[in-house]
Amino acid sequence: MNAARVGVVTFPGTLDDQDAARAVRLAGAEAVPLWHADHDLKGVDAVFLPGGFSYGDYLRCGAISRFAPLMDELIPAARAGLPVLGTCNGFQILCEAHLLPGALTRNEGLHYICRDQGIRVENTSTAWTSDFEAGQEIVLPVKHGEGRYVADADTVSALESSGRVVFRYVGGNPNGSLNDIAGIANEAGNVVGLMPHPEHAVEDLTGAPSVDGRGFFTSILKKLVNA
Amino acid sequence: MTDSVKRAAETPDEPMPYAELGMKQDEYQRVCEILGRRPTGSELAIYSVMWSEHCSYKSSKVHLRQFGTKAPKSDALLVGMGENAGVVDVGDGWAATFKIESHNHPSYVEPHQGAATGVGGIVRDIMSMGARPIAVMDALRFGGADQQDTRRVLPGVVEGISHYGNCLGLPNIGGEVVFDPCYIGNPLVNALCVGLLRKDQIKLATAPGPGNKVVLFGARTGADGIGGASVLASATFEDESQAKRPAVQVGDPFMEKLLIECCLELYQADVVVGIQDLGAAGVSCATTELAAKGTGGMTVDLNLVPLRDPTLRPEEILMSESQERMMAVVTPEDIPAFMAICQKWDVPATVIGEVTDTGRLVMTWDGETIVDIPPGTAADEGPVYERPFHEPEGQAALNADGPERLPRPEDLRETLLRLLGSPNLGSKEWVTSQYDRYVRGNTVLAQPADAGMLRISEVMPGAEETTRGIALATDGNGRYARLDPYAGAQLALAEAYRNVAVTGAAPLAVTNCLNFGSPEDPEVMWQFAEAVRGLADACKTLGVPVTGGNVSFYNQTGSTAIHPTPVVGVLGVIDDVAKRVRSGFPAGDLRVVLLGDTRDEFGGSEWAHVTHGHLGGLPPAVDLEAERGLASVLVAAAEQGLLEGSHDLSDGGLAIALAEACLARGVGATVSLPGDDAFVDLFSESASRALVCVRPEAFEALAELCGRHEVPCYGLGTTGGTSLVVEGTLEIPVAELRETHAGALPAIFG
Repeated sequence: MNAARVGVVTFPGTLDDQDAARAVRLAGAEAVPLWHADHDLKGVDAVFLPGGFSYGDYLRCGAISRFAPLMDELIPAARAGLPVLGTCNGFQILCEAHLLPGALTRNEGLHYICRDQGIRVENTSTAWTSDFEAGQEIVLPVKHGEGRYVADADTVSALESSGRVVFRYVGGNPNGSLNDIAGIANEAGNVVGLMPHPEHAVEDLTGAPSVDGRGFFTSILKKLVNA
Repeated sequence: MTDSVKRAAETPDEPMPYAELGMKQDEYQRVCEILGRRPTGSELAIYSVMWSEHCSYKSSKVHLRQFGTKAPKSDALLVGMGENAGVVDVGDGWAATFKIESHNHPSYVEPHQGAATGVGGIVRDIMSMGARPIAVMDALRFGGADQQDTRRVLPGVVEGISHYGNCLGLPNIGGEVVFDPCYIGNPLVNALCVGLLRKDQIKLATAPGPGNKVVLFGARTGADGIGGASVLASATFEDESQAKRPAVQVGDPFMEKLLIECCLELYQADVVVGIQDLGAAGVSCATTELAAKGTGGMTVDLNLVPLRDPTLRPEEILMSESQERMMAVVTPEDIPAFMAICQKWDVPATVIGEVTDTGRLVMTWDGETIVDIPPGTAADEGPVYERPFHEPEGQAALNADGPERLPRPEDLRETLLRLLGSPNLGSKEWVTSQYDRYVRGNTVLAQPADAGMLRISEVMPGAEETTRGIALATDGNGRYARLDPYAGAQLALAEAYRNVAVTGAAPLAVTNCLNFGSPEDPEVMWQFAEAVRGLADACKTLGVPVTGGNVSFYNQTGSTAIHPTPVVGVLGVIDDVAKRVRSGFPAGDLRVVLLGDTRDEFGGSEWAHVTHGHLGGLPPAVDLEAERGLASVLVAAAEQGLLEGSHDLSDGGLAIALAEACLARGVGATVSLPGDDAFVDLFSESASRALVCVRPEAFEALAELCGRHEVPCYGLGTTGGTSLVVEGTLEIPVAELRETHAGALPAIFG
């Protein structure tokens, strides 16, 4: 059979697209570059929205990218079940696009922070986490200035009660996120957003001192093969 | 009214504001002689910035020549000094280009933007060589950590570097943060960038081919940074630094990221004949330098320069240092393709002129000729000064006041903790955690490693893969250089060279940023002359050529100059990046081995500084042959897979190296000292030493290698446990080391 095709989106100012594409390839899938200005998802099986400072984070992180032509295609496709993973700026864009609830605001400490962070996988039923064990603690880098997850009380309690908090910080909360929330999913579990960077934790030689990010890619590949 | 060439000829006696633009009277006279008339306002703007200290190197040139005349033979050197950045061959068809440059004065006036645009400027230098920038580093010097103004300057500088570099998507892989009261009014922000390119695709700043188009692309031109080079970087601060704030540029890293990707696509499409970034002196510099190195002439219509502020006058357009701008020379046939790529990346691009063979740079404004000069006279034929210099009064007394008179401690445990928790030796995580070290996915080693290391991978589409990697380190010790600038510059090189070698990479080439006080002070000039002589001699002995760099003068307040601070960057190559060696103890039951000899050397040491506030005597002795031998052992041992960990010895000596090696992975060690004076063994800063650990069965092979290169080798003990134990002397739990080390900067900066 043909390799699964995972789209990697580049907006002006996207930075982690090379890393994301490499992580997809290392997992055995084909990485398909998607350009913000195209109305074309190129028939991919899943989409990775990588981190960066799209449009310089001007106005508000993700606020301009959300209106890119590509998003006109991506938003309905995601609502129809296309697996989508957004990390860091990608997570911010998913929130701005209302594919995920809540928002990411300035870190509590007011500084950008880059560190290897402990994360607990709270939900292993999403498209991107099925290869982890429930409650598994992993290490992924975080690197952001605006990663503090906030939402109104009803939204947070709905997320918590429905198991849509997918990742939680452990061993210290880097940014002041509510309930130590590091990542969440939509109701269907096909759209997942998180601040940490799985694509920087897939190789022994480079990146974070763990390869725990591989689980995201093995999860989605298994799902696509079994679909 | 526009001051045209015609008007200048008609009004020969009109007084011109050359002094306000930082120009001396005899320099102004020379401009009049070159032109055969008084310069127009626009011409004066060009000459004043191009002949400023910052752009012309007029005080340093006669000394810097030694980097060429004494340069060691090196097959690796592809482009030497004089271009935007040097280029070296790193194997398998790849070339690396790297350079370090100061942005000291702007960073004092406005720390955030000053430091941010320092990163932006050096990145564009690297881009203009045809390379993809792949990483940055920063060598920083601040006043005393507890001094009031440091709390203004440091957070701003770090935030500026963090914001600009992170937003640009370049990993920050190393550098230095050093505190000393001598930098309180003159902090140093030295930014380094490294890039990679195929060695047959080097671009140069040249404008050949009459009829070719001159394209200005990137950000629009505004009023920011007008006169930055001449006003800020070439004069001493007195009290009016606040009034100079408009001369600091403002950065837009998003535009720079677009410029990087845009330039790389332009290079891939092969639609660029010559290219130059716009940094200090903006359009003046780019047009004169491109024209001077090309066919020799150029016409420019300044009305075509896209402006952010439509009220700008031509003089201001010429001097503006607005960031994120580049200038390219493009054949008329390639203009459509060039413009299409710029449009794809939303980068504004405008044809503003044409290459000619007239030998003149001619600019027009509203149809009138306002500039008509031979470009080489501005770009290359600036004034050259043989500044007088002599040894500072009191230098002999300073050297005579050695550390021998200082009382030495009984309690070495307390001494170790005090040093480890001091601002210069404590953890720099407060700073470095604000930098993205992972982006692009090729970071093999980053701070607090001795050197940063990058895999060469996915640099540009279609390029072949290689197992190679590059390593980079910067070092410089102002206290050593104050005691002996000749030796101090050599020690800076030796340390950076050693820091590259401990990772397993072979040192290859050098860049430097020479930070000094006023060249008009003969005592400062002596420090400068000695440092350059020392560095050039050491580069020759170690076989690593200087490929480029930067001089920053006028780092002084009133008559008080900073310590002479030559910062040296060394680039190395490792053939198989998977064989890189990390700096800590990775596990228990490994043999801990000290390479190199320890002497009683405390002049300029961290111990004398922290515990006695003392600076006197002489710095550690320089032995470049020993340095070369040590590097040979380290590189060969890494290649043979003998080393499990490797760390250089420098500030704070063996004690600090042991503590840092334990802290890396939380693994303790039990060692005994080779000499008979525990204080000297632990805290002396003798050069040419490294701490390594090996599997017990690899020790023989290491000892044999050391014997072959005449490097002394001492088995100290074994890794393991949860404490650092120096037998008969001290025992400190790693947790206590961590608490002390980690708390140093948060205690001051929150």
